[in-house]
Amino acid sequence: MAEMKPQDRMKIPRQPMPNQDGTVRRGNFEEVALGYAEETARKEAERCLQCKKPACVEGCPVGVLIPDFIKALREGDMAKAVEAMKMKNNLPAICGRVCPQESQCEGRCIVGKKGEPVAIGRLERFVGDFELANRTCPLEKAPATGKKVAVVGSGPAGLTCAVDVAREGHKVTLFESLHGPGGVLVYGIPEFRLPKGVVLGEINYAVQCLGIDIRTDHVIGRTITLDELLTDYDAVFLGTGAGLPSFIRIPGINLNGVMSANEFLTRVNLMKAYLFPDYDTPVKAGKKVAVVGAGNVAMDAARCSARIQSLQAKQSGGDPGEVHIVYRRSKEEIPARAEEVHHAEEEGIIFDLLTNPVEIIGGSNGRVTGMRCIRMQLGEPDASGRRKPVPIPGSEFEMAVDTVIMALGTSPNPLVFVDAEGLERTRHGTAVADTATGRTKKQRVWAGGDVVTGAATVISAMGAGKRAAADINKFLKGETAPW
Amino acid sequence: MYKILEKQTLSDVTKLMVIHAPHVAQKARAGQFIIIRIDENGERVPLTIADFDRKAGAITIIFQEVGKSTMQLGALKVGDAVSTFVGPLGHPTEVTDFGSVICVGGGVGIAPIYPIARALKEAGNTVISIIGARNKDLLFWEDKMRAVSDELHICTDDGSYGRKALVTDPLKEILEDKTRSIAKIWAIGPAIMMKFVSSATKPFNVPTIVSLNTVMIDGTGMCGGCRVLLEDGARFVCVDGPEFDGHKVDWTNLLSRLQFYRDEEKAAVEHYKHTCNLDKAMAEGGK
Ligand SMILES: Cc1cc2nc3c(=O)[nH]c(=O)nc-3n(C[C@H](O)[C@H](O)[C@H](O)COP(=O)(O)OP(=O)(O)OC[C@H]3O[C@@H](n4cnc5c(N)ncnc54)[C@H](O)[C@@H]3O)c2cc1C
Ligand code: SF4
Ligand code: FES
Repeated sequence: MAEMKPQDRMKIPRQPMPNQDGTVRRGNFEEVALGYAEETARKEAERCLQCKKPACVEGCPVGVLIPDFIKALREGDMAKAVEAMKMKNNLPAICGRVCPQESQCEGRCIVGKKGEPVAIGRLERFVGDFELANRTCPLEKAPATGKKVAVVGSGPAGLTCAVDVAREGHKVTLFESLHGPGGVLVYGIPEFRLPKGVVLGEINYAVQCLGIDIRTDHVIGRTITLDELLTDYDAVFLGTGAGLPSFIRIPGINLNGVMSANEFLTRVNLMKAYLFPDYDTPVKAGKKVAVVGAGNVAMDAARCSARIQSLQAKQSGGDPGEVHIVYRRSKEEIPARAEEVHHAEEEGIIFDLLTNPVEIIGGSNGRVTGMRCIRMQLGEPDASGRRKPVPIPGSEFEMAVDTVIMALGTSPNPLVFVDAEGLERTRHGTAVADTATGRTKKQRVWAGGDVVTGAATVISAMGAGKRAAADINKFLKGETAPW
Repeated sequence: MYKILEKQTLSDVTKLMVIHAPHVAQKARAGQFIIIRIDENGERVPLTIADFDRKAGAITIIFQEVGKSTMQLGALKVGDAVSTFVGPLGHPTEVTDFGSVICVGGGVGIAPIYPIARALKEAGNTVISIIGARNKDLLFWEDKMRAVSDELHICTDDGSYGRKALVTDPLKEILEDKTRSIAKIWAIGPAIMMKFVSSATKPFNVPTIVSLNTVMIDGTGMCGGCRVLLEDGARFVCVDGPEFDGHKVDWTNLLSRLQFYRDEEKAAVEHYKHTCNLDKAMAEGGK
């Protein structure tokens, strides 16, 4: 077949992702985006122009070899596509599903300048799913070096670091405070967006191939301190994330029915409260839920609420209820992934934009009955470059709600800093670490991911884990200067 | 998995278990707690540490079978194992020589007050202990408490053993006694008891430490479900506690938060009993 001309490639429309129907999926926790069929993936791959200086690669925080994997994919050489992918990204089945592609790779794609960008994320997922099912790219490790490395936290930062260090032949022990590994990928991001089977498939494979020892139920700072780890291990990586929820200081914040998005999502995802009473942990999503915030966390909380409402209505009859996103800025500023906002709208989530809560109101039994809000308008740009929302005087009103879920950001989990002398923190509570190497101010301790950056993205956490692993490997070989 | 090494029935509904968890036992101190999850479908339940044995790598827990999880736990046998056992969590009790102190344990709260009383005694304090329960059957560890106390008062609500009184009665008498000077009080038991102890000691201005057992999930500061309202704002019980100044706790808020999942807890018990009966029926049908 003759090579296709760029004009012809650009005529191929972006291939839609087959999705579960909006009204059906509101009543289940199964995956929403069903994944490309092989034929669709090949067709989408044909849209790539194979730029000499690919801007998409610059847009990717870890520099995935995008044109290379797409070329292999459209030539039907899946093993080669996987190999190209894994040069930079160990977890494509995860990133393809959760990366904010519109502000990273796809946001920079040349095809996107005139029309819609190549669906890089969907293709990445296709390659990742192929690898999950076929394992054409084995994880191999070098002969044992006798060195021991402790990795704390099993989210994307810790997992990536553990894999890259273990491949060099070092003995890796991964400590996790919860009862299962995966971090936010398991306790935060819901099943319908990232099936837990995908995450556990990747973790189990790494454990099998590389002999990583996972110790769950170990809270570093309580069960063992960082200083104690340093006596037993040659190097320690901290990937403990940013899971401490912030509550805004407004009256009524401690009423029954007000919870953090982390509590709600942990109940639903980690503890599987949507299967109550077969699983023991309950969850309440009332008839009228307000989720405050508009990041990924808020979208997930809203969409889980809608599902819990539908499931509970199926059991007890009646109307499932309403879910509102309450956000103080406008649609343009919404920080969540574009696809999630779109999916939330399809699922009937109501967006109350330019609206800010000022008080939560409770009844005599201490339960939430309403939320007073004020309307906002956009003023001058603030430090973040976004236009600052300012209250409109006299615009206060009351929403009748029975559940309020706060999704207003998180800061680093505090416990790892207990008995960790010399581990410097910023005033935001994040660990101070060098961006290129992940080295903290404390000898033989590296850190990366949300614990350093504050709440960010899966791919940036993976990138940090990878850079730290490279530096740890050099350090253990004596190739770099000690502190 | 964490093996059950020993099991004792302290009363019809109160069970003691010794669990093999060397990683927890190594560091455990009086006042701290653990989180237990029975199996893959289980919920994460916080329980205060009643005793620990570093050499044997074992932790003692005591619980009352009041909900689905505690009933299921109570049905396990020596040699069985649980899926999750994490800790020690929270801050240990601050123990120094204060002088004379009072330790109040109500119901299942006698279990966690014991290691605190013991540590206070070892630190040189004069320890006055008050233990109480609804009736004689619910009392336990009288001997152990006596061994670490200079003085032991026992009350039951119905007078079936010891004095027919609430724990606050002897407590007030001791505080009113001008010949004694009490430096500090610890009270552990049902929330309502801790509330009454706190209001009883407030007029005497004696610092009163309570150990809160709020609803928890992770126990590491990640969910905020455990938060308690103090005079100056909210705290996370799992990370900042579990011990707090009882005079500063907003008890109304605490009690209402403890009720939040009551309907679901009932439903879970129903479901559990139903499936147990089904299992039994199937086993019998199979014979
Ligand atoms: C609901 C939700 C949705 C999100 N959606 C997206 C998305 O769509 N796309 C995207 O790119 N990003 C998303 N994010 C952000 C992304 O998940 C995080 O940026 C990323 O997971 C950070 O990875 P990490 O490895 O640094 O930390 P985490 O994933 O937070 O993992 C940290 C782990 O460390 C453990 N830990 C903490 N303290 C200790 C301790 N003392 N001892 C032992 N273990 C400890 C924790 O239990 C946890 O398992 C989302 C986040 C949330 C909460
Ligand atoms: S890892 Fe994320 S940003 Fe990078 S190519 Fe894949 S989808 Fe795009
Ligand atoms: S139990 Fe989750 S923050 Fe305390």
